[in-house]
Amino acid sequence: MTKIFYTQDHEWIRLDGDVGTVGISNYAQEQLGDIVFVELPQLGTKIGQGDETAVVESVKAASEIYAPVSGEIVDANTALEGAPVTVNEAAETDGWFFKIRLANKSELDGLMDAAAYKTFVEGLA
Amino acid sequence: MMRAGRPTHPGEAGKDTLTTFSGHRGLDHEEPLLFEQNADGRCGVDLPTPATMANRLGALARTGAIGLPGLSEPQVVRHFVRLSRKNYAIDSGLYPLGSCTMKHNPRLNEKLARLPGFADLHPLQPISTVQGALELINTLAHWLRVLTGMPAVAMSPKAGAHGELCGLMAIRAALDARGEKRNRVLAPESAHGTNPATAAMCGFSVDPIPADKRGRVDLAALKAKLGPDVAAIMVTNPNTCGLFENDIVEMAKAVHDAGGYFYCDGANFNALVGRVRPGDLGIDAMHINLHKTFSTPHGGGGPGAGPVVFSQALAPYAPLPFVVDHGAGFDLIDLGADAGGATPFGRMTAFHGQMGMFVRALSYMLSHGGDGLRQVAEDAVLNANYVLASLSGDMSAPFPGPCMHECLFDDSFLKDTGVTTLDFAKAMIDEGYHPMTIYFPLVVHGAMLIEPTETESKEALDQLISVLRNLAQAAKAGDLARFTQAPHFAPRNRLDETRAARTPVLRWRPQE
Amino acid sequence: MRYLPLTQTDRAAMLRTIGAASIDDLFADVPQIARRSEPLDLPPHQGEIEVERMLRAMASKNLAACDAPFFCGAGAYRHHIPATVDHLIQRSEFLTSYTPYQPEISQGTLQYLFEFQTQVAMLSGMDIANASMYDGATACAEAVLMANRATKRRKAILSGGLHPHYRAVTETTSHFAGGIVQAMAAAPDGVEDLVNMIDDDTACIVVQTPDFFGHLRDLRPLTEAAHARGALLVAVTTETLALGATLPPGEMGADIFVGEGQSLGVGLNFGGPYLGLFAARSALQRQMPGRLCGETVDAQGRRGYVLTLSAREQHIRREKATSNICTNSGLCCLAFTIHVALLGEAGFTQLALLNHQAAIVLAQALTGIPGVTCLNKSFFNEFTLRLPKPAAPVVEALAARGILGGVPVSRLIPDDPGLANLLLVAANETNTDQDRLAFASALREVLS
Repeated sequence: MTKIFYTQDHEWIRLDGDVGTVGISNYAQEQLGDIVFVELPQLGTKIGQGDETAVVESVKAASEIYAPVSGEIVDANTALEGAPVTVNEAAETDGWFFKIRLANKSELDGLMDAAAYKTFVEGLA
Repeated sequence: MMRAGRPTHPGEAGKDTLTTFSGHRGLDHEEPLLFEQNADGRCGVDLPTPATMANRLGALARTGAIGLPGLSEPQVVRHFVRLSRKNYAIDSGLYPLGSCTMKHNPRLNEKLARLPGFADLHPLQPISTVQGALELINTLAHWLRVLTGMPAVAMSPKAGAHGELCGLMAIRAALDARGEKRNRVLAPESAHGTNPATAAMCGFSVDPIPADKRGRVDLAALKAKLGPDVAAIMVTNPNTCGLFENDIVEMAKAVHDAGGYFYCDGANFNALVGRVRPGDLGIDAMHINLHKTFSTPHGGGGPGAGPVVFSQALAPYAPLPFVVDHGAGFDLIDLGADAGGATPFGRMTAFHGQMGMFVRALSYMLSHGGDGLRQVAEDAVLNANYVLASLSGDMSAPFPGPCMHECLFDDSFLKDTGVTTLDFAKAMIDEGYHPMTIYFPLVVHGAMLIEPTETESKEALDQLISVLRNLAQAAKAGDLARFTQAPHFAPRNRLDETRAARTPVLRWRPQE
Repeated sequence: MRYLPLTQTDRAAMLRTIGAASIDDLFADVPQIARRSEPLDLPPHQGEIEVERMLRAMASKNLAACDAPFFCGAGAYRHHIPATVDHLIQRSEFLTSYTPYQPEISQGTLQYLFEFQTQVAMLSGMDIANASMYDGATACAEAVLMANRATKRRKAILSGGLHPHYRAVTETTSHFAGGIVQAMAAAPDGVEDLVNMIDDDTACIVVQTPDFFGHLRDLRPLTEAAHARGALLVAVTTETLALGATLPPGEMGADIFVGEGQSLGVGLNFGGPYLGLFAARSALQRQMPGRLCGETVDAQGRRGYVLTLSAREQHIRREKATSNICTNSGLCCLAFTIHVALLGEAGFTQLALLNHQAAIVLAQALTGIPGVTCLNKSFFNEFTLRLPKPAAPVVEALAARGILGGVPVSRLIPDDPGLANLLLVAANETNTDQDRLAFASALREVLS
């Protein structure tokens, strides 16, 4: 069963072996409003945990997306270029941004699981 | 007995929305694009027929059509008159945009800017043929120095943001001259977006300073962030919440003691002009928006002008060009070599600056005089406080008064009404007002920033206050459709900004 | 005071509502050290008569272009502006409105911006244009920053035919932004080897056409060379009217186009306000600085316009914005749009041809003077003359005879003795045979 982790910046990462798929949470897409553009990283880029990796734009805001873990970018969801609305409609599934091959799995220890993230979001209201 | 008559009350008129055949609605005309009104060969200007002669264009003569539409003069006039009628303007109503200073634009200024002796001058004519123009720039510079209490002024920046860039470039140049590598700039969290954008253009990183509970820069937090890598602080005063930074003199001292410079964003100078001089507060550089404080027209987004006053410490770095008064005449210094000991950091613009705006601003200053300008600041502050005091009962002000020239509300008074700040603003449009500045500054939720300016009468303010009070009460009473479906009466309803950003269409193209 | 509506009665009533004893209470936050009791050393307020008298006195000390045979160019050009233009831009709803942030009540401004963007794209042959920059020089500097971002490279090569002010502004901006600028030496013959300057660190080459000395430059070989090394071509013009007679940069492969639009609708104004044009290929649109106006629909499905792609701009993106720019050149944009609308296809091309022909006739007249040669094989409406002696004193002598006879190159490039005898001369459609005769005979006299 694939495990999903969340960051305090509202990114999620879903593990499959040593490759993680990363996107933003449903809460985040609600806060941003209609997504109009996503700027994705280039394949092969080496990223440190917490580095700015992607940018998501709505009409009135632009948000940096930070890498939840360090590693190498192995895929990017280019379908979002023509259909940024996918992030609004399916933030935690089809609206994924990029895939990263993890350099250090122990970094996941510092992240929240789904239950902890749910509590975290409720505390923000 | 008179039996034939007709009703004299409106009856059912006005209740339906009639669909007209033309698509126009009375005086509100739907107007297509210029490109949709083309007739090939038609022209709105009469020009002589060119001669027959060989050209000197080499192999680079144009071969294809440009694609411009052809219209006659009456069509062009009608097109732009119809467009103009879709715009709100200061001349038609109070424009309460915080930090924009939407004051009356005197027409004397327009008349004088159009004198051929100013308007029809080439910037590179011999200096002997433009002495009056240089005298004007010099006179305006003098007024700016006296009003700000600062010894030097750079006249060439073309807008406020351009002036900010000028100020930060001068700071960078001064630090380079001292051989110091300082890369951090401190700016309040409430700063306008231009401040960090400008800092980044000079290679600085921006470190935000939190506000305290009173809405001012937290002095202790500022002091804690100072260090040998701090190049400058950028502060707006009054700040973007409309409040005077009481600790500004201490702030300046702390920054200077740490070896940094003090940049002041002068967007809110309308609160201070004639009463408070930035030079007395310890400021090293401040841009002045001539299109705000000094009434040059906003023109639908520009042109502006952003001269920058400098302290003695930064004066040597002011950019080229500048005017000097030799006593017997004026000269324009264009080259570093002629700068007489000063070390200008470079050049901000082609030619000399926004001469057209200088004429307008000087006309405004001469009209007001020192006494009038002082009255401007006092009435601007009085008007904003009157609005704040009158609405504090029905709306929610996050910081207690007094404010300066603008007053800030947040959206707490709309809590649980289902009406957002955006909806509230759109409802103002139906009431005949341009909305105030919304969602800025970012430090309060759902911000509403109102700057009436000094050119509004008490009657105009009372009308605004009455409307806002009624709207606030209507929101609390649950009158939702008034807000969520607003504006009902503008030339357009709410527009789909998502679509405009997802599939940008940035020009007209002919149908294939 | 005529602009201040509050009466003393009003002020007293308002202070009572506020609960303040006097206006000074509202300035209580001002530190003691900055409180002024004495008035500033400035004259008191004055009525229109006095203000007009003072400013007319200053204006009368200047020699206006309309009062002399006029042949100055060097980046600012005089053309006849139809009376309609100034009349329309002074309509209240254009003059006294703000940036169109509330689109429902700003469709007038937004629609003309959309029309302006279309006109600029058409004239330059590029895909998209923005809603204007401050002027051509700052637009040029921003184009280089954009090329840096788009290519992730630091180096820009500036042609020796680029206007010296544009070069200086670009050097200043790039210096502080951490870029590298390589400016070629001035090229009065229009000949220089730019291709061999391009390397893998080059973000862009910046080439002006017609160039500062008036030569028309073929951008096509330069574009090819730039693209082969992954660099961009930035095309610059200081005389937009030239686009009516010459191949536009978009058709020569340019990636970014910047220009000075002052020739259409705006006038000389002693150097400002002017109008920066900025256009690019659509692949680069998210890297563009400045405002962009886009088409959309409203809640009732009616076509309308809004500012768009705002996430690039400073009020949203802050330190990561494509630029810090806030204002555009609003009213100057409108003046340009109206002037170009009046001209249309037929008028724009005809006006361009008239200017070109005026320059041909002028060049013939002036090169008939002994010792005067023209450096240009090609030109649009401006060319460079080599005089038998330094040009700056010649221009002063012409001015003393009431003639504004061009701009000496040394005014803008003072430290090169090889350029001291060069004079930039521009023609325009308002020059008469009398003007040309007066210029030629005065020049002959001054040179003899």
